[in-house]
Amino acid sequence: MPFKSGRFQKKWRDSIPTIVFLVICLALWQIIVSYFKLPLWLIPSPIDVLKAFWNTRELLWAHTLTTLLETTAGFVLAIALGLAAGVAMVLSPLIKRLFYPLLIVSQTVPLIAVAPLLILWLGYGLLPKIVTVVLVCFFPIAVSLIEGLEVSDDDLLNLLKSMGATRWQILYMIRWPNALPSFFAGLKIAATYSVMGAVIGEWLGASSGLGVYLTRSSHSFRTDQVFAAIVAITILSLFYFVLIAGIRRLALPWLHTKED
Amino acid sequence: MLILKDVSLSYQDGGKSVLDVLKNINLEVETGKFVSLIGPSGCGKSSICNLIAGVEVPAQGDIFLEGRSIKGVPGQVGYMPQKDLLLPWRTLLDNVALGSDIRREDKRQSREKARHWLDRFGLGKFAEHYPHQLSGGMRQRGALLRTFLFGQNTLILDEPFGALDALTRREMQEWLLNVWSQSRPTVVFITHDIEEAILLSDEVVVLSHSPARILDKIHVPFSRPREQDLLLSGGAINIKKHLLDLLNGKRNV
Ligand SMILES: Nc1ncnc2c1ncn2[C@@H]1O[C@H](COP(=O)(O)OP(=O)(O)OP(=O)(O)O)[C@@H](O)[C@H]1O
Ligand SMILES: [Mg+2]
Repeated sequence: MPFKSGRFQKKWRDSIPTIVFLVICLALWQIIVSYFKLPLWLIPSPIDVLKAFWNTRELLWAHTLTTLLETTAGFVLAIALGLAAGVAMVLSPLIKRLFYPLLIVSQTVPLIAVAPLLILWLGYGLLPKIVTVVLVCFFPIAVSLIEGLEVSDDDLLNLLKSMGATRWQILYMIRWPNALPSFFAGLKIAATYSVMGAVIGEWLGASSGLGVYLTRSSHSFRTDQVFAAIVAITILSLFYFVLIAGIRRLALPWLHTKED
Repeated sequence: MLILKDVSLSYQDGGKSVLDVLKNINLEVETGKFVSLIGPSGCGKSSICNLIAGVEVPAQGDIFLEGRSIKGVPGQVGYMPQKDLLLPWRTLLDNVALGSDIRREDKRQSREKARHWLDRFGLGKFAEHYPHQLSGGMRQRGALLRTFLFGQNTLILDEPFGALDALTRREMQEWLLNVWSQSRPTVVFITHDIEEAILLSDEVVVLSHSPARILDKIHVPFSRPREQDLLLSGGAINIKKHLLDLLNGKRNV
């Protein structure tokens, strides 16, 4: 498939400036830290971070696994809930009128204020972390899905109606595919938030997870390890992001032929 | 026989003023006939289509198909709306087979049938293409095929060639005549193009400005099959002049 590899090459070429810029930034950081001999506990150089990352790799990996588990469980649960809420609100205007405003208002409650309650109610296990992930992810997923299901061209709806389609058929032949692009946009946002949700849950009390590693390192002034944890969190978030972008390509072939 | 009996339709304009779109429309279309509706833009042609298709319900009057009322009953006629409206997420093949999917017919059979028709009309190569990968003419043909394959004996075509250039338009007209002559469905055809109406129809119905009334019904006597040259004949030019006068308000009926 010469066509495909050509596109791949182009993608690489397009990202060269970004990579070069990133390398320059890291080099500058390295030079400034070494030149001014800044202490490790204040700000570590990129090489220090890399060293900390490598030296604690086993520990870091164990903590990452916990966070990965919480995030994945929470994310999947949020998708299931988001789907249920979206479909229910589209099929029943009454449900939408009851719950949609509540959904919006709920977003103004800061997670930081709710998380301690979750610990209080659910203890120090995995569950409260999974719930924080759900809380963070549910909103972008549900709202993007509901908006996508809502819109739909009136003319398209009329066409299907004129052919005698049922509400259910209209839902899965028109509304659902119409909602997919917006749904995936919501998933991407949720994916980037999800790891953060788990880490916040872990901050408040846990025995394992990147949040734990983060607080412990910070309490012992191992700033290099704090940065290593940040790198791990970033990689994890990126992993989700890339995964979803990949699924999106498979699920939306009609857009994908357009983008090529 | 398709009958519109005393049909009126009005839209509520933001709750206050009422916009009368159709007023006491009486129309009879014999089974197997090709009837065109022409009229000024915004006079209510698409509204008539929506009523026959069962998407909207008239405020007054009734609509009968072969003796049965189809007022507000969708699925009885094949309807091609003004926009081509292929579903962007379906390939051409799947778009053409949409009607079969809605009626929950066997997927393999319906695809086979759709592919057969696409092949016959030179679209076979594009079966797996998405609408955005097709030209305007191809999309229009796809939408027409979908309407045909919906399998009803009555077709409502709302300006099917409105967005096409003159050349493609000629091609499509011949194509439509060809398809129509094979199964002879009843066709209600909306157009702005007087020549198109004369070339295709058995009867041309002229509508007035909004609220639409029927100004005149003109019988088009030419035999079939018809060729484009027909439009140059004296009889056609007379009809054309008559229609133009009606549309310009020069002739009162
Ligand atoms: N859903 C609606 N709500 C309110 N008014 C409408 C609605 N649909 C159509 N109208 C009005 O009804 C009138 C007739 O519209 P219609 O689309 O039937 O015209 P048309 O003859 O098909 O025009 P064109 O030739 O431009 O397609 C117009 O004045 C339009 O503004
Ligand atoms: Mg119209």
